Amino acid sequence: MDNSQLKKHANDIRKGIITAVHSAKSGHPGGSLSAADILTYLYFEEMNIDPSNPKNEERDRFVLSKGHAAPALYSTLANRGYFSTEELETLRHVGSILQGHPDMKHIPGVDMSAGSLGQGLSAACGMALSAKLDRASFRVYAMLGDGEIQEGQIWEAAMFAGHRKLDNLVVIVDNNGLQIDGNVADVCSPYPIDKKFEAFNFNVINIDGHDFDAIRGAFTVAKACKGMPTAIIAHTVKGKGVSFMEDQASWHGTAPNDEQFETAMEELNKAGEL
Amino acid sequence: MADIKKIATRESYGNTLAELGKTHEDLIVLDADLAGATKTSIFKKAFPDRHIDCGIAEANMAGVAAGLATCGKVPFMSTFAMFAAGRAFEQVRNSIGYPHLNVKIGATHAGISVGEDGATHQCNEDIALMREIPGMVVINPCDDTEARAAVKAAYEYVGPVYLRFGRLAIPVINDPETYKFEIGKGITMKEGSDVTIIATGLCVNEALNAAEKLGAEGINAEVINIHTIKPLDEELVIASALKTGKVVTVEEHSIIGGLGSAVCETLSTKAPTKVLRIGINDTFGESGPAVELIKKYGLDADSIAAKVKEFCK
Repeated sequence: MDNSQLKKHANDIRKGIITAVHSAKSGHPGGSLSAADILTYLYFEEMNIDPSNPKNEERDRFVLSKGHAAPALYSTLANRGYFSTEELETLRHVGSILQGHPDMKHIPGVDMSAGSLGQGLSAACGMALSAKLDRASFRVYAMLGDGEIQEGQIWEAAMFAGHRKLDNLVVIVDNNGLQIDGNVADVCSPYPIDKKFEAFNFNVINIDGHDFDAIRGAFTVAKACKGMPTAIIAHTVKGKGVSFMEDQASWHGTAPNDEQFETAMEELNKAGEL
Repeated sequence: MADIKKIATRESYGNTLAELGKTHEDLIVLDADLAGATKTSIFKKAFPDRHIDCGIAEANMAGVAAGLATCGKVPFMSTFAMFAAGRAFEQVRNSIGYPHLNVKIGATHAGISVGEDGATHQCNEDIALMREIPGMVVINPCDDTEARAAVKAAYEYVGPVYLRFGRLAIPVINDPETYKFEIGKGITMKEGSDVTIIATGLCVNEALNAAEKLGAEGINAEVINIHTIKPLDEELVIASALKTGKVVTVEEHSIIGGLGSAVCETLSTKAPTKVLRIGINDTFGESGPAVELIKKYGLDADSIAAKVKEFCK
């Protein structure tokens, strides 16, 4: 798939995010929008998946460890055909399959329930280990937040992945630089993120997480890397694609009101025409 | 009296895993640097490729187990009760319980019978913690026979199971030839009419011995072994409570949140009965030989008999 097609899908996914969070009147648009391009690439280009057979044993797996970016995952899954995009408007509503954080029991295409920060990478390690034990060829992708990596369990899991040489595992850190209380660098700095993963025996790649050439290059390198897991540190912009949300910690967990929704959709519609 | 064979249920755990491993390729054992103590070393020796030592990182181990389960493996994550139910509580709740994954938690060194290591390692709160998680099965076997059967039943059962084992070698009281185990089904060990003693784990044998002492003093106690604390065998508990009118619970666990609480929750609405809860009285343990601690904390047959006698007055 060429970059213009990927951009179109990413734009549709962003519209789905804004629609879902607006309808829910709560949720996390900032960290969903920053993750949208990577998710687009994973689900439309990188991963071996079949939306009509979401439980296929041979499929690649994805764990959204930063589970609060659920709107991005749900919009990606809907746009990829796992369920109707109309479903997105039920996000966080009573009785909806679309829970505030990913729920594998009820949502087609969700490979792991997650959302309590720090836990998803361990589950991804378990999946990658399972493939190794069975000599199965599927790959496992886990997306972490840059604030999330303040959780100690992430480093337990990183140590495990490095030790076990899980080269079928790719960690993506959505490094948008912001967490609820402000800049990650000010709250409790995780930097240097790349050096930390290197120290845990990862193959580390720094990229612009909104540049599809860079994203494509990183996943291609990851696939070729043997004997160690890969960590892609994706430098992103929180709120990417909606001008008034960009780089604002305040848009971490706030839903747009009706007026803001209209403005955001207008911007995204315009971007989609380019 | 002939020598009674004594085996620690952690030993039963390790032995049964090794036995199941022969025929079940999907069984994976995880440990956190305690394979020698949890006895998963027995499995490790037979199946080194399917024994995953996660190092001293229980939270990650719980998550790895969850991930393995999503791929069709049947992982047994093994560590001390303190770390399985305590340290990794939230991982067990959110990564295993919430998605209802097929993970078995083999928790050894439960209760004060850990002995010399003392309070930091004596988990008297694990049953309460695990019982709170929706869909979690909680099993606390009373001897080697029951522990072996419980491990096999846990393997066959699809869904999360918490298995509680002890460090101390305890008498084998069930005959492996005739013993039948069913998750959620309590066992009447001795029939009686004056009082019901409901016990779990190593307290079952103590309760049986206490019943013998009480019998000599004219109190005919019924003794029920509740190996599955969740789901509780409500039918058996209610029937016995209605029969005797007095219930005593005995457990090597806090009197808050464990077997005693589970029994009271059931009886309070379905068959209100006076209940005496015997267990660890909202306190931490301490160092010392296990048998002495069991005595000091009132879980031995003599202490149980004395308390039941007082309760029956």
